Amino acid sequence: MKFTHEKIEINVGLMMFLTMLAIGIGGLVEIVPLFYIKDTIEKVEGVRPYTPLEQRGRDIYTREGCYLCHSQMIRPFRDEAMRYGHYSLAAESQYDHPFQWGSKRTGPDLARVGGKYNNQWHVQHLIAPRSVVPESIMPNYPWLLKNDLDYSDMADRMRALKAVGVPYSETEAEYQANVEQFGQEAADKFNIHTAEETLLAEAQANDFDGDPTRVTEMDALVAYLQVLGTMVDFSKYDEGYFAEFR
Amino acid sequence: MADQQQTHGNAVQTTGHAWDGDLQEFNNPLPTWWLWTFYATIVFALVYWILYPAWPIGNSFTKGINTITFESNGEQVTTHWNTRSLFIKEMQSGEQALKQQAYLQKVNDASYEQIQNDPEMMGFVNAKAKSLFGDNCAACHGIGGAPAMVGLFPNLSDDAWLWGGKVDQIEQTIASGRHGFMPAFGATFSDQQLDQVANYVLSLSGAIAADPAKVAAGQKIFQGETGGCYYCHTKQATGMASVGSANLTDAIWTVADVPGAGSDEEKIARVRSVIEKGVQRTMPAWKDRLSAADIKLLTVYVHGLGGGQ
Ligand code: HEC
Ligand code: HEC
Ligand code: HEC
Repeated sequence: MKFTHEKIEINVGLMMFLTMLAIGIGGLVEIVPLFYIKDTIEKVEGVRPYTPLEQRGRDIYTREGCYLCHSQMIRPFRDEAMRYGHYSLAAESQYDHPFQWGSKRTGPDLARVGGKYNNQWHVQHLIAPRSVVPESIMPNYPWLLKNDLDYSDMADRMRALKAVGVPYSETEAEYQANVEQFGQEAADKFNIHTAEETLLAEAQANDFDGDPTRVTEMDALVAYLQVLGTMVDFSKYDEGYFAEFR
Repeated sequence: MADQQQTHGNAVQTTGHAWDGDLQEFNNPLPTWWLWTFYATIVFALVYWILYPAWPIGNSFTKGINTITFESNGEQVTTHWNTRSLFIKEMQSGEQALKQQAYLQKVNDASYEQIQNDPEMMGFVNAKAKSLFGDNCAACHGIGGAPAMVGLFPNLSDDAWLWGGKVDQIEQTIASGRHGFMPAFGATFSDQQLDQVANYVLSLSGAIAADPAKVAAGQKIFQGETGGCYYCHTKQATGMASVGSANLTDAIWTVADVPGAGSDEEKIARVRSVIEKGVQRTMPAWKDRLSAADIKLLTVYVHGLGGGQ
């Protein structure tokens, strides 16, 4: 018997079955490998969750909508590497919820802005961008320096992030696991029970905003900006290493 | 029904089934262009599967025959097609990259003097370093090395140097960074002393019509143990490259915005405020961010911006 597509078209049951089959194969081909290929995230040393102060700065970053003009994703292209540095790794945003990759670049990419400028520049630039870069179209954020940082709910913020997989520690066992993975000093900072003290200590030790007497939103935001893209030491890896994960 | 078939010509077939007595469905063949486009996508997919990574098998996948070869750690590495390998290859042996490498190599092998005396190399330096400067330095030092305001960042396009204007000094500044530090004298000086020493400092460059009595008193503080300013600024107040202290005898100001002040009182107030609060400025280190060749290019560029020594 000759097969024509008419057979499928006039037989609803067969049509449904074959449609499911086609979609099923497409879906399986895309999804199943992810369960077996273990290394879609490269193994690198150094990537750690944000400290409470950095995380609070990140919250302010999203609150102010910095992502509307700034991406945090350096793509593997020559022109981007020459301007911004090593391309971004999946591992580098594994503790970002939500990630800030973006694609809108009214301003420059910020994925590796950490350490590029000093704190003084960031403070001046955020209060009044045009005082340092006359042609800038970035808005002024003067209130960052005026507003005291509210960190009373820091522990709850960390708990929320823990629920989506960031390894902040609540129990002794989780703390020990962090000591193992990130070292004692870092593990202390990821302890939810001491969140407020940790935040305060970090702000006072570094004085990001240039005013040692207060902890402002500026302290937090600059702390966050200064850590962006600095966690991985790329000099430790061969050029070809990261290609293995693709 | 018969009318419809006539309007479309008798060649068109129907599916052969009638609903409600006279409702029929045409059974037109697919348009040829559509059909061939469809076949073309199938051919495309087959070619794609052969060339590029495509089908999963177990915990691996078909790699495709279009591989990429690049160098890693002195060895040739061949991988399946992927954007990261493609990027590494382009950085190593892309057309643009090779052109630039040839120049970079030349500049890297040459001494500063050779570079500065070779117009071809200088052409490359100025083009490349200008964009490096724009990407990395201009946010602080301003485009062309002249910052938007006096105070936070030094002007690189003038003849005055805090840390020295010789190529090796500039290279050191860029590679390792600098920390400009002057202590705050607000707690140790009285109001009167601050006023006197500010008058003295401004008199050195003739910036104001200073009161001679205050100048004399200020000089004692500056040159004596009360202030000890001369430790860092030297007896002549011309500054010392080893600590990055400013030359106070010229008309160029790097921290106190004297040229921007309208009256003598304002000039005194601005200099006073610097002495009262001290100075803490940091030039970041670039050796971990930029390659040695890039720093060399920037050194030549910065040297050329102002009066390099
Ligand atoms: C309207 C778009 C816009 C918004 C919103 C914006 N920026 Fe910018 N940003 C720019 C532009 C344009 C530049 C480049 C000029 C300059 O340096 O000011 C820039 C530059 C920067 C730089 C310097 C980057 C570099 O490598 O030189 C930083 C850091 C920065 N912005 C941080 C922020 C933060 C933090 C926020 C949110 C509080 C923010 N920006 C919001 C447009 C924006
Ligand atoms: C975060 C702001 C910032 C950036 C970015 C920056 N600098 Fe600087 N730079 C400074 C400050 C502040 C000083 C003055 C240090 C001091 O007070 O002693 C300085 C000093 C210098 C000096 C010494 C000037 C002198 O009079 O001796 C040179 C040269 C220089 N910078 C070059 C560069 C170059 C080249 C770059 C880009 C690769 C760069 N800077 C990027 C802040 C910056
Ligand atoms: C520990 C060394 C040190 C001592 C002591 C010191 N200075 Fe300075 N001074 C500096 C440095 C370094 C700078 C430049 C700061 C910079 O560029 O970051 C400077 C800058 C200045 C400036 C600003 C110059 C300008 O171009 O804007 C004035 C004014 C000044 N000093 C006056 C004084 C006076 C007056 C005293 C004594 C009361 C004094 N300094 C003591 C190191 C010192």
